[in-house]
Amino acid sequence: MRLFLIYVLLYAGFMGIVLFRPEALSWRPLGGVNLAIAYGMGLIVAAFVLALIYMAACRGDGHDG
Amino acid sequence: MLYDSSPVAIAIFACFVLGVVGLSFWLGRKGQSAKGYYAAHGEIHWFVNGIAFAGDYLSAASFLGICGMIAFYGYDGFLYSIGFLAGWIVALFVIAEPIKALGKFTFADALDARFNSRGIKLAVAVSTLVVSIFYLIPQMVGAGHLIVPLLGLPYAAGVILVGVAVTMIVVTAGMVSTTWVQFIKGSLLVFFCGVLTVLILGRGLSVNAGRTGSEDLTPQVLTVTPDGRRLVNGQPQSREHDLRPVGTIQALPARYGEARSTGPLRPLEYLSTLEDSTIITWSAKRHSDEAGSHTTFSPTVRDGKDLLKPGGYFKGLSSGTLTDRLNFASLMLALFCGTASLPHILIRYYTVKDAAAARKSTVVGIAAIGGFYVLTLFLGLGAMTSGALDPTSSNMAAPLLAKSFGETLFAAISAIAFTTVLGTVSGLIMAGSGAVAHDLIENCWGLRMTDHEKVRTGKIAAVGLGIIAMALGILFKNFNVSFLVGWAFHIAASANLPALVMLLFWPRTTKQGITAAVTVGMLASLGWILLSADTFEKVYGLPRADSPVPFSQPGLVTIPLGFLVLVVVSLLSPPPATAADVEQPPVSPATG
Repeated sequence: MRLFLIYVLLYAGFMGIVLFRPEALSWRPLGGVNLAIAYGMGLIVAAFVLALIYMAACRGDGHDG
Repeated sequence: MLYDSSPVAIAIFACFVLGVVGLSFWLGRKGQSAKGYYAAHGEIHWFVNGIAFAGDYLSAASFLGICGMIAFYGYDGFLYSIGFLAGWIVALFVIAEPIKALGKFTFADALDARFNSRGIKLAVAVSTLVVSIFYLIPQMVGAGHLIVPLLGLPYAAGVILVGVAVTMIVVTAGMVSTTWVQFIKGSLLVFFCGVLTVLILGRGLSVNAGRTGSEDLTPQVLTVTPDGRRLVNGQPQSREHDLRPVGTIQALPARYGEARSTGPLRPLEYLSTLEDSTIITWSAKRHSDEAGSHTTFSPTVRDGKDLLKPGGYFKGLSSGTLTDRLNFASLMLALFCGTASLPHILIRYYTVKDAAAARKSTVVGIAAIGGFYVLTLFLGLGAMTSGALDPTSSNMAAPLLAKSFGETLFAAISAIAFTTVLGTVSGLIMAGSGAVAHDLIENCWGLRMTDHEKVRTGKIAAVGLGIIAMALGILFKNFNVSFLVGWAFHIAASANLPALVMLLFWPRTTKQGITAAVTVGMLASLGWILLSADTFEKVYGLPRADSPVPFSQPGLVTIPLGFLVLVVVSLLSPPPATAADVEQPPVSPATG
């Protein structure tokens, strides 16, 4: 559940920037790619990473079956 | 634009379709029990199911629509990618396991497992049907538009072709074969798009797509006369006299000096170089007079850095009006919540053995789908600068991009796009026929059926749905595909999600609460959409200003409304009887 909330925060953060601080999206932190693209890609990657973490965590808890 | 139908394309295409239908006949000989028909015996391996999720989910909207939107508008298409994918997090973390533990075949079973109420079954079955139909229409429309340039057939023929092929697949084998269709489609789609992306990066960026000089910036006009003739810039449209393909880089970043081409680029380089370039994009304006309806396509030179941030399509983001921002937020919310609520996705959870498998398959699905969406950014940008865009159709951006690399790749991508539609439509018809046969007829109307009869009813329902889908696909020909997909998401998220979430996490949920939430959520979102400015303008042809609702995307209002209704109605109705599986304190029926 906590993992879900982490993601919600990330997603909401993205929406917040787009809605309230659009100029920030032009900032170019890594390798010349702007924040808009970096954050967007980041959300996609984060989804996958969180999913993996979740799977590993569940296996440990014996949720199988 | 007019297209030559190439024999290679037709041949590859025919092979795909026949291969898929043949496969389904062969697999169909195995799965004839109801469990087999609807849930593939619960035996699909999690990896296969995961890729099948991808095949199911990556519909025409994802592949054609998003690439097209990025190609014409820049970043905003990517917003859909983000939203669509993020919704899977909701699916995995909130929904996945509880659902598996609850239901038998369909979504309605899951919602009803605790209460066994006809009200719930009815409401959910209807909402499943409504959402499925709304999701079906853009697929059929997409298929029709694909077939026209691919095979040179008229639009209606394309729609019917899809409808017949899918119905045949579904009727012969149900979930087993649709799963395999999705699996094949999912793998092929991701693979070929990967190939395309590698080619795009290899090609790098070039001024005027590698041609000499620079792109012709003269506006072009397409006219459709009242008697149906088509004119391009005043002359009849023909192969020799047609709209020009568009979309190129005007200037590379200063650091390239006089060079007109960058050569191969790595992914991040590709993006950052594009940001520093200037690009020629095209947009359309329509107006009508006695001579007919004229669409004027004119170019705008844009800076890469403006194209690669939000605001190209959702103009309100930069202009800052409150309602436009709410509109955007509402859409992102609906996409986020909608994925987990789509009936044709949920139904796939029942095809694996257990909860652990459901989890694993979702992770595989997320990996495949997420990877694909990363690729869409490159595909869309590659198309934007390819000099090969058809100004009339953003949906053709991805196939045309492939064509610029060669005829074979074009044929393969077009065939895959078509199987994309086949896959999604078959999943939808499965969900819909399940709703009709299993939920409505058997559970609601109480007709007991033998296993064999259940399967047969499901198949008859599938045929019926297929026919409806074909008819609507033909009727809704001129609609914007993502507009319709957005509808489906809003309705799914408003009707299904509140009920699902509260059922899973709030013990005080009652059957009246669920029934009310599903019904209200569905009707509210449906009503809002039908009354919105977008619908007024595009469907009824009425002025936007007459619309009674403040913005077009209902999610922000109707999703919370669903939750609210559920809570209120649940509290007003008698508490649920203590069930063995719920750890609530015994409640004496205080109300009458």
